[in-house]
Amino acid sequence: MGEALLQVRGLSKRFGGLRAVHDVAIDVPQGAITALIGPNGAGKTTTFAMIAGFVRPDSGSVRFAGDDLTGWRADRIAARGMVRTFQITQPFAGLSVMENIRVGAFLREPLPAAAERLAREIGTRLGLGPMLDRQAAALTVAGRKRLEIARALATRPRLLLLDEVMAGLNPAELNEIVALIRAVHASGVTILLIEHIMQAVVALAADAFVLAEGVLIAHGTPREIAADPRVIEAYLGQGAAARMAWHG
Amino acid sequence: MRLRLSALASVALASVALASVALTPFALSSQFLVNLATLTAFSAFIGQAWNISGGFGGLTSFGHAAYFGVGAYVAALITTRTGLSPWLAFPAAACLGAATGGVIGFASFRAGLRGSYFALVTLAFAEAFRVIANSAGFTSGGLGIHLPLRPGIAALQFQDRRLSYALVLALLGLATAIALQLRRGRFGARLIALRENEDAARALGIDVVRVKTTALALSGALTALGGVVYAQTYLYIDPGIAFGTERSVEMLLVCMIGGAGTVLGPILGAILLHAIADTARLWIDLPGVAPMLYGVVLLIAVWLLPGGVVALRTRLDRG
Repeated sequence: MGEALLQVRGLSKRFGGLRAVHDVAIDVPQGAITALIGPNGAGKTTTFAMIAGFVRPDSGSVRFAGDDLTGWRADRIAARGMVRTFQITQPFAGLSVMENIRVGAFLREPLPAAAERLAREIGTRLGLGPMLDRQAAALTVAGRKRLEIARALATRPRLLLLDEVMAGLNPAELNEIVALIRAVHASGVTILLIEHIMQAVVALAADAFVLAEGVLIAHGTPREIAADPRVIEAYLGQGAAARMAWHG
Repeated sequence: MRLRLSALASVALASVALASVALTPFALSSQFLVNLATLTAFSAFIGQAWNISGGFGGLTSFGHAAYFGVGAYVAALITTRTGLSPWLAFPAAACLGAATGGVIGFASFRAGLRGSYFALVTLAFAEAFRVIANSAGFTSGGLGIHLPLRPGIAALQFQDRRLSYALVLALLGLATAIALQLRRGRFGARLIALRENEDAARALGIDVVRVKTTALALSGALTALGGVVYAQTYLYIDPGIAFGTERSVEMLLVCMIGGAGTVLGPILGAILLHAIADTARLWIDLPGVAPMLYGVVLLIAVWLLPGGVVALRTRLDRG
């Protein structure tokens, strides 16, 4: 087995006295869906921001497709083919949905007509067809999540970093987005997703890393992890695993 | 489809209307009207230059007089200190204006300055230039520079005012063509994306410092061309005229009134501003009335017309 597409080693970040992320190591194999999970405040988003170049790590390394990208600027990392979305969606509110996606498409398509064609094609594929010429500000929460993915996909990434795309969705929308992520993956994109919702992770990922209080506490298949007492305690509080076994 | 047709029709109508307004002064012999049209087109031109970085890029500059002044001094120095053709002032000013914009932009954007911090820094640069021009020897300090009267196309001095009007119109056409290209092409899309959401733009592979700096350099180059035209038309400049805040305010004002970040905004804004200001000047003949009027017009524009005159149509459409 060769080197993983994304290889994170010893990644750490402090904010003042707070140890936000400490010595995190993650592997994302080419072609897989890998998940990074953990309770609120575990440091998932900070880890993500360091990988994508939005926050400079204090120490550690990020290797992508064989190159060391540690400390690179976000735009250069995106140009290399590792593109993130945002948990709190960040649309270009004054632009149309198509124009939003086209900004991503321009990364590989310098010609406006070609970029627009790609943007419309991806938008339609992600179910935004009827909204393409509307203002992005008019989208619902679920629509904005789709737009985040569409824009990132338009850059033709090798690795897509999805930051809690399921947060704030209702069960019906959740099923739709799970199907959509599967379709994106089937089209050949490797995915690393940050998730809070266990059910979604079980449905999608082959492999999951669990972060709690800035440290990796478990790694395995989603089913192994769901049964791991350390993980249950991290989510539900100290002694939770013992109590569950007791009531069993 | 109906909506698209009507949008197309209104754009065509607006273009025809603007073109006929723009061409009327050629048919008239009234000096007053030709001068008024020239002043209006000039405001529209430097407004459009500001619009490229300030409107499309959201880089609100209070110090575009820096580029204007650089252009004006380049023209004055070429005419008075060298035997070169004043026409050379155009490429020279464009290069120096671009360099000035590039340096101010690179320094500010590298440091991550945005919004009002960026506005203040640009204001400080323009003021610093004014102070330097006031004390330096090669600018003749506060005395200013008189350009010798040498009427003739070769000396870039037009006796027939309609010729200077044609020159200003051509520059306005150039700036507007650039603005149109920004609406269509990749560079403009990146610039607008940065204005709308910088983090999202970075995540999509856009180099913040490079795109913003390029926009400011482009805007600086065009604004400097305006300085050349000014010096060659009025044949006198001093530090206050060249680098004064009033010029910066005029540029951002026409954009605010007409609609910043739109192609037609600065043109409509300039027409409206001059219609108001020059009419008022006929009635009230007091020194300092123009800046005061500008202030009042800006207040009204921000209060009643957010998005400028251009946004009025969409607001009316929505009822």
